[in-house]
Amino acid sequence: MEWEVVIGLEIHVQLATQTKIFSGASTAFGAEPNTQACAVDLALPGTLPVFNENALRMAIMFGLAIDAEIGKRSVFERKNYFYPDLPKGYQTTQLAEPIVGTGHVDIQLEDGSSRRVRIHHAHLEEDAGKSLHEDFHGMSGIDLNRAGTPLVEIVSEPDMRSAKEAAAYARKIHAIVTTLGICDGNMAEGSMRCDCNVSIRPKGQEALGTRTELKNINSFRFIERAIETEVARQIDLIEDGGRVVQETRLYDPDRNETRSMRSKEEANDYRYFPCPDLLPVIIDDAYIETIREQLPELPDARRQRFIDQYSLSDYDAGVLASERAQADYFEEVVTLTGDAKLSANWITGELARFLNQADLSISASPVSAQQLAGLIQRIQDDTITGKIGKNVFELLWNEGGTADSIIEAKGLKQVNDSGAIEAAIDQVIAQCTPQVDQYIAAEPDKRGKMLGFFMGQVMKLTQGKANPGQVQGLLKQKLDQLC
Amino acid sequence: MFNLTLSELSQALSQGQFSSLELTQALLERIKRLDSQYNSFITLSEEQALLQAKAADASRAAGHATPLTGLPVAHKDLFCTQGIRTSCGSRMLDNFVSPYNATLVERLNQAGMVTLGKTNMDEFAMGSSNESSYYGPARNPWDSQRVPGGSSGGSAAAVAARLVPAATGSDTGGSIRQPAALCGITGLKPTYGRISRYGMIAYASSFDQAGPMTRSAEDAALLLQAMAGEDPLDSTCAVHPVPDYRASLNNSLSGLRIGLPKEYFAEGTDPEILQRVREAVAEFEKMGAQVKEVSLPNTQLSIPAYYILAPAEASSNLSRFDGVRYGHRCAAPKDLEDLYKRTREEGFGTEVKRRIMVGTYALSEGFYDAYYRKAQQIRRLIQQDFVRVLQDVDVIMAPVTPCAAFPLGEKNSDPVSMYMEDVFTLSLNLAGLPGMSIPCGFSGHLPVGLQLIGNYFDEARLLNIAHQYQQVTDWHQHTPANLSED
Repeated sequence: MEWEVVIGLEIHVQLATQTKIFSGASTAFGAEPNTQACAVDLALPGTLPVFNENALRMAIMFGLAIDAEIGKRSVFERKNYFYPDLPKGYQTTQLAEPIVGTGHVDIQLEDGSSRRVRIHHAHLEEDAGKSLHEDFHGMSGIDLNRAGTPLVEIVSEPDMRSAKEAAAYARKIHAIVTTLGICDGNMAEGSMRCDCNVSIRPKGQEALGTRTELKNINSFRFIERAIETEVARQIDLIEDGGRVVQETRLYDPDRNETRSMRSKEEANDYRYFPCPDLLPVIIDDAYIETIREQLPELPDARRQRFIDQYSLSDYDAGVLASERAQADYFEEVVTLTGDAKLSANWITGELARFLNQADLSISASPVSAQQLAGLIQRIQDDTITGKIGKNVFELLWNEGGTADSIIEAKGLKQVNDSGAIEAAIDQVIAQCTPQVDQYIAAEPDKRGKMLGFFMGQVMKLTQGKANPGQVQGLLKQKLDQLC
Repeated sequence: MFNLTLSELSQALSQGQFSSLELTQALLERIKRLDSQYNSFITLSEEQALLQAKAADASRAAGHATPLTGLPVAHKDLFCTQGIRTSCGSRMLDNFVSPYNATLVERLNQAGMVTLGKTNMDEFAMGSSNESSYYGPARNPWDSQRVPGGSSGGSAAAVAARLVPAATGSDTGGSIRQPAALCGITGLKPTYGRISRYGMIAYASSFDQAGPMTRSAEDAALLLQAMAGEDPLDSTCAVHPVPDYRASLNNSLSGLRIGLPKEYFAEGTDPEILQRVREAVAEFEKMGAQVKEVSLPNTQLSIPAYYILAPAEASSNLSRFDGVRYGHRCAAPKDLEDLYKRTREEGFGTEVKRRIMVGTYALSEGFYDAYYRKAQQIRRLIQQDFVRVLQDVDVIMAPVTPCAAFPLGEKNSDPVSMYMEDVFTLSLNLAGLPGMSIPCGFSGHLPVGLQLIGNYFDEARLLNIAHQYQQVTDWHQHTPANLSED
């Protein structure tokens, strides 16, 4: 049977506020356990929440970016359950009246088409702390530094039909929240976490199959792999005559398998009710419009502008616009070099490769936009070849400095002196008699291809410094004279 | 010195008749000598009190005294006090010492008041007799075999027994007004949001309101002045100007429009109490007030609505007491579930468990609409009743309780008859309105309270009305017959 995959995502985005959603404690990542948990975060008796307006502004920014209705009245509710890293015994969240209503984002598929993913709503809530299951004399430790960190939970409709689409959607949300500057986008630190609802149904069937929920996935690659693994599991299960049970499952990336966490029968009754400690949040159009006016250029608009303004390919434009820091970096380089294609190639090529290897984000790149532009300019004005440029880049990455100082110090300047180049060519022709003879014997229209060998020899002899354009011209001239 | 009101003590201190230190030492000594009869204190904060008194005397000597500087006060044991145990009348918090002060405590400290200790209360403020306290019931100074009322029973008993001139209380369904009535003192429950709830351990967040418990309306005005006002730490605390409460105490009551709700004068209430209330109303008529009958038709629904909504909020508010971070923790838990179950089984008393169960049930999937949502609708109806009536009258007058102080143990095993104690008080909490209880005579040897109900943020008018009544009557000056006078 042919199966159709149906996926909906719930993405938790940590908002980049300085302080927590309901207290004045810092949200900075990585501090010693429980040093960033104040009386409110510890849920000491008598403490009360006070809503952080910055979290509200950020949620509204997101809502505007996905073309959603903004809730003029939103209400915090309590989701009641016991867990040691949930200090109050309830999570303050939104349910019936969220801050962001229905919206949508468009994702680009590999075949060049695009698909619209509808967003059911997005709501504000507080993050929980962390349970530490290392050895504390047979007990678990609790770290409440994260407790109360503001989250926006973005709930999509079940509009995705493959693991790749789900990952593309998650990347798009990542691009939007980082472009808006409302999330640092650091997935390794848990700034964006994803729950995937996955079901399958026979192709053509209207009714949805029973879904499972894959919890807390924190990388795009794992989203893709977890869904693929779960889909395969569900297909095997059904084709073997079994049925999918509605449950929460955990994805184990080391074993590439999903495991049951709890079934629907074990699920909590959360006993939601409006939080009496917080007033409904009431905002007006003027408040929303002020925020709208301050929105930065969004990834889709920027991608389109990159295509129109810089004549970049769809692909290059999409990659560069997917993250605000990267797009900013690109535009800074282009401004200095004036060559969009060359700049894009360096950023999506050499720079991306080095960043990947070092597991760094572009904002932490050791090579700044000015440094890279300085390098590209030396290629543009024929001071160095592109090949030498890669060596210079590596030196910039490892040792810093400027392209000029490295070229100078290492003597990498391109040789444009035609006398020197002619001498090198003469030497190669003299040393490679058999190849020269073959060249002469070849049909004139085959000779062009054979030129590559001599090019390589000349460049080798000049340690890559000879101007390749000049070499090619002079080589052809000299060889053809022999024919 | 024990029979002086706050206002009189304030004057005595400023005239140098005695120092705050002398006053504090004398009261601490009196509490230690007599409180075994009343059990009105859970914790005495002697050391801090003496330091505060010395500081108050020094500040007075330096010319920085406020009207409250050096005056003693006791706090209901649900207000968090830095360095002094805050038990909430529960085994769960028997070992809990707060690292911070409640806003109300901080404000009275800043005003120079001296905290003598923490008063007894029903566990987590759930009760109308003080019998649910982990520390045993406080006793009524007018009759030690009878309850002082609850949940602020310790505060009421301590003020009535002249152990302290004033105390703080909190009122979720009548917990200031009912014990004030049963102990013959003056109690004010302000408008919801008038006083910050920050640091007041929550029972039912949308009802809880702190207030002063004193021996006169003038004292209540003096204390409220320092307690009221907005607080950036409590979003539900009102941003509403705080008037000078003492400035309007002597306004004339001529032309005052009084409403008597017929539903509050029906059968089932002690006839003596109804008679005392009518006599009090007649006093106001003599002062030029006009009286008319009004109707609050949904009054009968207030008890069921309250006993859905307040436990619902409580069931969630009390979830934080889980043995993980502070308070009671059961010995040697086997696992997480065992930790939760035994900690809460051991830490909470019967009434608290009952309300957690009721509230949990009311919020459960499938029951929410039938209970919680319906009760919220009733809450709005009751509020609308009051708003309508208060367009025609300035103040509503009514009894506070259906009967005077009842014997210890009488209603303890019958929760519904205990809940009926609140029949006249908890509508106000549903509506968020301010109310007062002032002494208006006796039923036998037991005090009777008159309830004054005003419009939102109209505390100044209630205090004015109460003060004028206390100018022409002396019910508030009566003391229990067997009270130690030395």
